[in-house]
Amino acid sequence: MATRIKFQQNLDDLKEHLLVMAGMAEQAIQRSIEAYRTRDLSICELVLRSEPSINRLEREIDQMALDLLAMEQPMAIDLRFILSVIRINADLERVGDQAVNIAVRVREMGAFANIDLPVDIPRLAALAAAMVRKALQAFIEADAELAQSVLKLDDQVDEMNDAAFYSLSSLIKEKPELTPQSLNALIIARNLERVGDHATNIAEDVIFWVRGKDVRHNSSVAV
Amino acid sequence: MGVGIDVEHLNAWYGTTHTLQDINLKLPANHATALIGPSGCGKSTFVRCLNRMHETNPIARATGVVKMGDTDIYKDEQPVVIRRRIGMVFQRPNPFPTMSIYDNVASGLRLNGFRNRAVLDETVERSLKASALWEEVKDDLKKKSGASLSGGQQQRMCIARALAVDPEVLLMDEPASALDPVSTSKIEDLIFQLKSQYTIVIVTHNMQQAARVAENTGFFLNGKMVEFDSTDRIFTNPKDKRTEDYITGRFG
Amino acid sequence: MSANPIQSPLPGDNGPLRPPMNYRTKGMRINSARRYATNHLITALSLASTVVVIIPLVAILIYLLYKGASSLNLAFFTKIPAPVGEEGGGMANAILGSGIVLTLASAMGIPIGIAAGVYLAEFGQGKLLATTIRFTADVLNGVPSIVMGIAIYSLIVMQQKHFSAFAGGVALAVMMVPTITRTTEEMLATVPHSIREAALGLGVPRWRTVLSVSLKTASPGIITGCMLAFARVAGETAPLLFTALGNQFWSYKLTEPIAALPLQIYVYAISPYDEWHRLAWAGSLVLILMIMVAVTLVRIYAARGILKGAS
Repeated sequence: MATRIKFQQNLDDLKEHLLVMAGMAEQAIQRSIEAYRTRDLSICELVLRSEPSINRLEREIDQMALDLLAMEQPMAIDLRFILSVIRINADLERVGDQAVNIAVRVREMGAFANIDLPVDIPRLAALAAAMVRKALQAFIEADAELAQSVLKLDDQVDEMNDAAFYSLSSLIKEKPELTPQSLNALIIARNLERVGDHATNIAEDVIFWVRGKDVRHNSSVAV
Repeated sequence: MGVGIDVEHLNAWYGTTHTLQDINLKLPANHATALIGPSGCGKSTFVRCLNRMHETNPIARATGVVKMGDTDIYKDEQPVVIRRRIGMVFQRPNPFPTMSIYDNVASGLRLNGFRNRAVLDETVERSLKASALWEEVKDDLKKKSGASLSGGQQQRMCIARALAVDPEVLLMDEPASALDPVSTSKIEDLIFQLKSQYTIVIVTHNMQQAARVAENTGFFLNGKMVEFDSTDRIFTNPKDKRTEDYITGRFG
Repeated sequence: MSANPIQSPLPGDNGPLRPPMNYRTKGMRINSARRYATNHLITALSLASTVVVIIPLVAILIYLLYKGASSLNLAFFTKIPAPVGEEGGGMANAILGSGIVLTLASAMGIPIGIAAGVYLAEFGQGKLLATTIRFTADVLNGVPSIVMGIAIYSLIVMQQKHFSAFAGGVALAVMMVPTITRTTEEMLATVPHSIREAALGLGVPRWRTVLSVSLKTASPGIITGCMLAFARVAGETAPLLFTALGNQFWSYKLTEPIAALPLQIYVYAISPYDEWHRLAWAGSLVLILMIMVAVTLVRIYAARGILKGAS
């Protein structure tokens, strides 16, 4: 016998909204990497134009969560769920911000020659995006194990970012005339590393929701 | 100062119904412990076993050990003595209708043979102050009947009456369930202040109240104690699924 | 119903709402008129019944006043009956005698009755003894008063080999006990259990709880019961016939026959002397006035008890 029908519907509603937000954030990242790959400035504009709707949705989700906290006196798992939603909401908004940053960098790079850089941005991007995708999948399915696996991927992203930093800074030393492109690429790599961090946060929030354990700020060992 | 209560293997029956099944828990001294659970789960029965009130029902029976400090309350003392050391406040305020406010609060002492006027005066004042009712009734102590106060005031008077006999433990069976929100707040504030001197056990239907008032909470279901833990743990991450279903309202 | 603008708010209710009830149809209005008429008729009948019931009481009172008031003088209240044939005399000994017998009866009947009532209400739940007591009380209530008199005659008068005020007191006490027991039990049952629990929870022993809490709370009702029993036996004649017997002279010794108002009235009423008839009327008036005063006192006291905050 189901009880608290209205509350359950509201929780499902909240989840729906967050997933829409997630979709928009993922799409923003995909678009920004596509823009990098093709150096298509119109895609950069698209990313920048889509930013306000992400922000609007963030405010909406926070308001919904606040209302639920005030009106429904959620306890235990419901309380953790709503708290996680609030946090994931913030992380997704920042993922959107990073997409915007990447798009801005790509636009900057458009002023300079398109050269081959010794850094595999698309692969780094794919990994970061995969982390986000996995974390959101873990959220949809309330799968703490899946969320756990995301935490481990963060190391790879960090390594790739460090490698990019190393190779790009060497390139700058060797060929100072390529500094603008190198710096932009370096910043893009940094942005993608931040996306990976946000995905990690999302995964940690899922674990908190499902297991009630706060695993933030641990090194990525199994809890 | 309050004492702690240790309960071991407490079982209770009403006639042939096994209302409490093997309850084990420790109620820490000078803390408030809340007992929550659905209707009929045995939490009221449990509390009445603590001050041997369930014995007033001829078909009731209990086995097990309940220790208050070092005293086994079933073996070492008479029920009457235990009830003076473990006081009780009931769900509906029950002032004695034929007595004034003063007489009501003093009744615990008077009916046990205490006659010293000065001591009674002082006790009544102290108890009414402890239950935050003194200022409201100090001018009408002997003029107004106990039953002529408002619901919230009556309940605070009943608390004063219970405190007047100087117990070590105070049992409260849904003390605010018949009261409006403002009176409820006052009673909860009272519990917060009383904790430093007494051990308090509060049975409540209202989980938010348990969360506001108690450091520890026990969840009762069908005569068993399912989980007992610190209140914040119970309400943010309970260990037992049944506890979680109950507190999230998905019980049923 | 295609375009029903009213949406049903309940889940699962898919039908259109029915039109609201029309209360102004002709059938309804006729019914309404008939209802009013029936109302008035029944009220009138109730009123008439009440009047019919009161009439005898009023009639008796008026007649007694008419017949007996003239004989009420100081002598009536201070002198004992004069010898046959003489004028004057009074019923002073009967009034005193009634007082003594009733006091005796109350002193015996009230404590026993209340104690039995307390037992039934507080300690006798479900016990066989309690059921027996209740049954006995109900039976005793229905025993005709003359049978009571005969019973006490054989139990006490025949053993003691003389009539006595004591035996009269016992007879009346036995008649008082069932009423007082049942009233006490019922009044104690109205004391909320929560009050008893409050006292027990304070560590007050059971007996003290019964005494100081239950009885005290129920006392207005219990006292009413006692006074009603008193008022009832005050006018009983038959039980006293074979026990107190009656006495023409001053008597106050408990071991001797004693005069009583109802007895005296009876003896005078069936006598052939006019003088005694006159006294009988006066005695009847005094008796009924005494009972009315007693019942009125009961009413006043009961009302005060309720207003005193025992809500």
